Amino acid sequence: MAPMLASDMPAIFTREDVAKIATLANLELDSAEMDLFARQLGEFLSYAEAVQQVDTAGIAPTASVLARQDADRPDEVRPCLDRDAALANAPDPALDNGFFRVPRVIGQ
Amino acid sequence: MRIADVTARATRDAIRLRQRSATEVCRETLDRIAALDPELHAFNTVVAERALARAEAIDRDPERWRAAPLAGVPVALKDNISTQGVRTTASSRILETYIPPYDATVVNRLDAAGAVIVGKTNCDEFAMGSSNENSAFGPVKNPWALDRTPGGSSGGSAAAVAARLVPLALGSDTGGSIRQPAALCGVVGLKPTYGRVSRYGLLAFGSSLDQIGPFARTVDDAALMLQLIAGADPADATTAAEAVPDFASALTGDLRLARIGVPRTMLEQGVDAEVLRALTAALDTLQARGATLVDVDLPHARHAIPVYYLVAMAEASSNLARYDGVKYGFRADTKGQGLRAMYARTREQGFGAEVKRRIMLGTYVLSAGYYDAYYLKAQQVRTLILRDYEQAFSGSGAVDVIAMPTSPTAAFRIGERVEDPLQMYLADVFTVSANLAGLPAVSVPCGFTADRLPVGLQLTGRRFDEATLLRVADAYERDTEWSKQPPPILSR
Repeated sequence: MAPMLASDMPAIFTREDVAKIATLANLELDSAEMDLFARQLGEFLSYAEAVQQVDTAGIAPTASVLARQDADRPDEVRPCLDRDAALANAPDPALDNGFFRVPRVIGQ
Repeated sequence: MRIADVTARATRDAIRLRQRSATEVCRETLDRIAALDPELHAFNTVVAERALARAEAIDRDPERWRAAPLAGVPVALKDNISTQGVRTTASSRILETYIPPYDATVVNRLDAAGAVIVGKTNCDEFAMGSSNENSAFGPVKNPWALDRTPGGSSGGSAAAVAARLVPLALGSDTGGSIRQPAALCGVVGLKPTYGRVSRYGLLAFGSSLDQIGPFARTVDDAALMLQLIAGADPADATTAAEAVPDFASALTGDLRLARIGVPRTMLEQGVDAEVLRALTAALDTLQARGATLVDVDLPHARHAIPVYYLVAMAEASSNLARYDGVKYGFRADTKGQGLRAMYARTREQGFGAEVKRRIMLGTYVLSAGYYDAYYLKAQQVRTLILRDYEQAFSGSGAVDVIAMPTSPTAAFRIGERVEDPLQMYLADVFTVSANLAGLPAVSVPCGFTADRLPVGLQLTGRRFDEATLLRVADAYERDTEWSKQPPPILSR
């Protein structure tokens, strides 16, 4: 993948770098998108480079602004979506068996 | 009285007093949508029959609905808010035929309040964009100038309220997606405090940033809507237990003790001169009403855009992993090439360019070896941005709200920025911080450019203090006439 950024160097992404990220993201890209994203990923990360310069020694990361709160509740069975409703939007449901059907995984 | 000309509250009162029936109001609304929306394209879906059936039910049983706060009032919902039995697309091909099996909590609350949902509004795909040009179904037009964008991502909701198709609409705001289109369309838009409004049933984009909030033509109507949708929800563990105050009673018009912070250094660069002029005049108006203006410093605000996009893209890449052609939505035909190929091609064909761009960047910044440098670093700077606001809102020099423009420019032309995503991101410079810090913020109309394009004043408040925010916004509105001016599309 793209090299770690030196502070004064723009990030360079090759088509191979982009292809690796696309595989991680489960995303097929056409040739034009490969070139476009190679350029645009580099442009954005160069722009975001200023963030690397901020002194964050000893600063805790904020993943959520929520104050910790007790969200526990009794572990009781409650009404939920019934199976037919859950399957209603599936592209290939197996309604009689209650499954989502997918293309073959084993033996590919 | 034309329903289009009055507020949600006045519409409700007219129905309560039997001056108008909910059915008449609904028909008038649907007629206006039919007449104007072919040009505006604010709606992805209009549910005329469902809305009329609902309005008739309200007319049949006036006793039951007498005390309901929105009985008979037409409302539009951004198309990323789940509606049971009504197509919900997030303006994406991948969900073009998706029909949710359940309602979002906000929809349940609106139903209980007697609101008549008339349709689902167009938006940027999965709420990713600042112009509505990322909708898979084509852009919304700005009612003030049809060759310009309404802003985004909740552009359809903003345009629908601005063109007076509906008095109220809901949008979602991850980095400014309620406030910026509100500013560009000349209406009021409120992003509540993170945790104030349930996100259950909102199609997730950035889960630590997303909030649902109202669009209205007046601050009072926005307060009325917020009142209904606010509060804890067992279905969303991130909703807060904080009591919900009576927002309408906070609208006193009294600013004598209000201290309003102005981050002057943020305004020195990159703000359009006409926007700056409108802001300065708005600050004068607030001061004349008794508010005290105080300079505040938000030193880390200049990092807000990259920090926001790093965090939002990371969260988006994770949230959008669920769209894979298995459980709902579009599936590409890969003719026996196996599961991985089906996932990848479904997502290639189902997502638009901006969504793919963000999934790619988000995947990269979360990947092994880059997580610490980008994602963790961004979260640390997020802490510093949050502390800047905490400092401004506390201590001896504490302010009650912070004022700045909502957008650095008025509405831009459709097509003007689509080739340059980074340029588009910079339009969010004033809005993203409130999401990173979880603070409530509102945009209210504060003037026009020489080209008669609306300008918005943004006010940001303390956590869970929407009451003060709305009080200041309402007081400002009382001294100005901006909200009363109709866009040119109404005079045609």
